[in-house]
Amino acid sequence: MGDEPLVRWHWLGTHVDYLRGLLLDHAVISLLPVLFGLLLALPLGLLCTRFPRLYQPLAAVFNVVYALPALAVFVVLIPYTGLATQATVMIPLTCYALAVLLPTTVDGLRAVPEPVRQAATALGYGPWRRLAAVELPAAVPYLVAGLRVAAVSSISLASVGALVGRGGLGYLFITGFQLTFPTPIVAGIVLVAALALVTDAVLLLARRVLAPWARREAVVGR
Amino acid sequence: MNWLSWLSDFFGSPDRQHGADSIVHRIGEHLLLSGEALGLAALLAIPLGLLLGYTGRAAGLVTALTGTARALPTLGLVTLAVLVAGVGDTAVLVPLVALAAPVLLVAACEGVRGTDPDLRDAARGIGLTHRQVLWQVCVPWALPALLAGLRTAAVQVIATATVAAYVGLGGLGRYVVDGLATHDFPQTVGGALLVVLLAVATQLLFAALIRFALPTGLRRPRG
Repeated sequence: MGDEPLVRWHWLGTHVDYLRGLLLDHAVISLLPVLFGLLLALPLGLLCTRFPRLYQPLAAVFNVVYALPALAVFVVLIPYTGLATQATVMIPLTCYALAVLLPTTVDGLRAVPEPVRQAATALGYGPWRRLAAVELPAAVPYLVAGLRVAAVSSISLASVGALVGRGGLGYLFITGFQLTFPTPIVAGIVLVAALALVTDAVLLLARRVLAPWARREAVVGR
Repeated sequence: MNWLSWLSDFFGSPDRQHGADSIVHRIGEHLLLSGEALGLAALLAIPLGLLLGYTGRAAGLVTALTGTARALPTLGLVTLAVLVAGVGDTAVLVPLVALAAPVLLVAACEGVRGTDPDLRDAARGIGLTHRQVLWQVCVPWALPALLAGLRTAAVQVIATATVAAYVGLGGLGRYVVDGLATHDFPQTVGGALLVVLLAVATQLLFAALIRFALPTGLRRPRG
């Protein structure tokens, strides 16, 4: 590497707009999949609590999905979604998010104690109202715990998408490596970590607002 | 659907049977690199995790640290390590260890910390030393959690070792990266398939280990 310093501050100063664009692209391709994953996990999780026999096979399938290497899945999708399109990166990330969120959703929906459920029924709550007023709020701490894991790993995985042409901040790694110029790489690492930490903080804040009673966080085993 | 012809192209090519670019050789490289990273991470993180979990100190710090470590992008770490340290196994081992160590640290720490307090009290009560309580009570209790942590770490390391090929190292990632660079799609897809198979096989191996190799007394629902 010679005399090249780890960070050339001048380069950062002249590339602020470029970095902002990559950061925005990165946020979209990594966080929208988490949202999609949540939107899929809620109805699937409900189905799994209503029909418990469904859960084991589904959980097994998503366990395997979670083990699939991101780069390999991106590559296999290219013939269908095209090189350098958002879908190539977002479809696998949605599947990873779903794989994390399905078990946490099911755990969360099952967390309501039976007496509470019966009390709600006795008060005249129908199944839908009970779901909205009792079961979903009770699931919030579990959901947030799952969302934290899903979001942070999605943000970190999305950069691998740069190898197939769509990686947001991941480009900085490729560029820096090809030019043997470490400044973009360092900037990319810092920005990816910062995006992850900010997202994590937002999720924690959301839990505090939505579930003020949950003092100790639910544990997610990943 | 030309998948089958791609795969038969890839698996049928004479280059894949013998020599440095053969499938067996690449799988060996991949497993060696992943194994080294996992072993090194285990050596560093598990003793520390056991100790921190037993004393109950810094458990919050461990969790916070792991969250931060999970946020670090491996591709960035790999490219940076190569620029700083030059192409070589060490440059790739550092990011892979950084990926696996936090997972193992938390698994060991939480596993020991979750030991039934009555059990620990009883062990102390019948006169075991702290060292004995840790080794004879807490470590066996933490074993399922440790194995689960090892499984997660192993799968992640195998998946991520693919990225190592981008900076010029061997392993199954070579097929993926070389294929992408030369627009040799059969090679890319074949390599991707092999990585997937290896990751799933590892997952199954650990599932079997957790299911059959644990002593009966340690098997708990949701280990």
